[in-house]
Amino acid sequence: MVENDTLALKTNNVYVHYGSKMAINNVAVDFHKNQVTSLIGPSGCGKSTFLRCLNRMNDVIDICKVQGEFHLNGIDIYGPEIQVENLRKQVGMVFQKPNPFPKTIYENVAYGPKIHGIASTKTELDDIVKDTLNRAGLYSEVKDRLDDIATGLSGGQQQRLCIARAIAIKPEIILMDEPCSALDPIATAVIEELINELKENYTIVIVTHSMQQAARISDKTAYFHLGEMIEFGVTSNIFTNPKHEMTEAYISGRIG
Amino acid sequence: MTDLSKRLAAEKRFKYIAMFAMCLSLFFVVILMLKIFTTGSGAFIRTTIEASVYFDPNTIEVTNESSIKAIKKTSYVNLADQIVKDNHPNLNDEKFILVREMYTRKFDFQLRDYIANDPNIIGKTILMDITASSDLDQIVKGNYPRDVPEAQRKINDYQLSVLDSLDADGKISSTFNLWFFTNGDSRDPETAGILGALMGSFYALLICFSFAFPVGLLASIYLEEFVRPGKLTDFIEVNINNLAAVPSIVYGLLGLGMLIGVFGMPYQVPLVGGLVLGFMTLPTIIIASRASLRSVPPSIREAALAVGATKTQTVFHHVIPLSLPGSLTGTIIGMAQALGETAPLLMVGMVAFVMDIPGGALDPATGLPSQIYLWSESAERGFLEKTSAGIMLLLGFLITMNTIAVIIRRKLEVKW
Repeated sequence: MVENDTLALKTNNVYVHYGSKMAINNVAVDFHKNQVTSLIGPSGCGKSTFLRCLNRMNDVIDICKVQGEFHLNGIDIYGPEIQVENLRKQVGMVFQKPNPFPKTIYENVAYGPKIHGIASTKTELDDIVKDTLNRAGLYSEVKDRLDDIATGLSGGQQQRLCIARAIAIKPEIILMDEPCSALDPIATAVIEELINELKENYTIVIVTHSMQQAARISDKTAYFHLGEMIEFGVTSNIFTNPKHEMTEAYISGRIG
Repeated sequence: MTDLSKRLAAEKRFKYIAMFAMCLSLFFVVILMLKIFTTGSGAFIRTTIEASVYFDPNTIEVTNESSIKAIKKTSYVNLADQIVKDNHPNLNDEKFILVREMYTRKFDFQLRDYIANDPNIIGKTILMDITASSDLDQIVKGNYPRDVPEAQRKINDYQLSVLDSLDADGKISSTFNLWFFTNGDSRDPETAGILGALMGSFYALLICFSFAFPVGLLASIYLEEFVRPGKLTDFIEVNINNLAAVPSIVYGLLGLGMLIGVFGMPYQVPLVGGLVLGFMTLPTIIIASRASLRSVPPSIREAALAVGATKTQTVFHHVIPLSLPGSLTGTIIGMAQALGETAPLLMVGMVAFVMDIPGGALDPATGLPSQIYLWSESAERGFLEKTSAGIMLLLGFLITMNTIAVIIRRKLEVKW
């Protein structure tokens, strides 16, 4: 692994509280461009909370207080001049359960470009939708039914549509919150392959419950436990030669 | 093995009690419907008497211009009297009055409309079915008994003998009473119609919808999507729920005191009636809309926010379209309830005798339920029919509106 890749997102001294309860305790992870970083750990360890800090999705939760440094290309994303809508255009997100809008497949992909004014004409928008679906590996499957309601797709297709929706606005970073947990192994394999392809153009942060998945797709892995980051490093090192005994216990299945 | 017989017996008992209760309520509904239909069906039929009508130019006294306006201004009372005399020759004054009573008092209006339709008819003679008076109508329909002493009858022996001779000549017939659907209210049952009240209710509901739906929808969106839950929202929530249970007459008082008293709005008009019905419907709409907003999964909001939509875009592009069927259903059910409310209309004066069909929300009018109430107060047997027929119409509208609500819910509901 080349260690001098450019930094996409740098976090430091991150603390998150839900009311008086601490959810994240002094976490620092650096995300490098065109790499897949996976966040693993047992349930309730704060990995999803941490992920949702990266595009400020926690803003909608009133009792959630986020502290710490988050620098996207050197700019503080919690800074006063940051508009959260623009931040989310740069940092897209895919959720645990496929959540396409109950509209047509076309509208699902076109929505982001539309509200951000990316396409000025209908043909331009058509091209973006086609191109995006192609990159999400979905175009050949849905090209004849772009005007069908998206909720009629299979779970795996729905999730790839959600990925397409996220990349349609050309973000730099894609956050994925256990994107395969609701899918069967075959659909999961397709998504994993897609993540591998997307890596060329995007920086990907993925939360996963599956250690095998983390091992298969990620370049770096961070292990979380009870709101703290226990270990962070190159994936192959984490899985073959964990430095911390808790990491070792988790990946060998003794805790989790 | 435990003995299940006791539990099974209890289950059976419960089943029979439930079935009995259901049958009982069904029985009452059937009785009610039968009663309404048997009483009300007469309102759709009217008795007519055939007579030869000579449009005597000497009696009509229309000025030479003979425009429709002049025709409408002219009185045809003399012509009507003359026609009755022509068809029943050799009557003395006393008997003429009795025979004239057998025809509707509004005969002259019937003549006026006829001439207005075709002014060239003046000077010609035609055969015409003249509407009978309500008392005669009731005798013909058999609603008034004939075999009681003359003093207890509205139609005396002489009138009965005239009726029988007319009947023998085949001049008495029954026709469909279109007037019930095209006329306003009248002092005479035979010419009284529901259209005035129908239009009054229509304008009132139009006002009710255009006031309560947007306000209710926006209030629910604000409460559900934008405001932070806290003491204030709890207080508002409790109050909205309480308002939904406030008796409708209280809203009527509010309309009387505030809209009419403070804001000086006119009495007796659908605008005020509609606003009062709107106040009444508002809590229902807010509660239904909030429930349907809450049923939109949070994942949809997250999905929209995650692609960079603002809060308002998220709500208006995604949440409202998904919750609209629920809001509309609640609105229609609330409006169906409003359509049947009498008390608020009483308080704002929409219960007066109004002959003219209202042409807008600012014309004096009654509503369907208050018209039914008015008719039910009248002593004449003819209005009893109208009362039941009015109820049939009201029930018809209620069922239609509720069916529309069900269809909307079925058709537009999003499947997850």
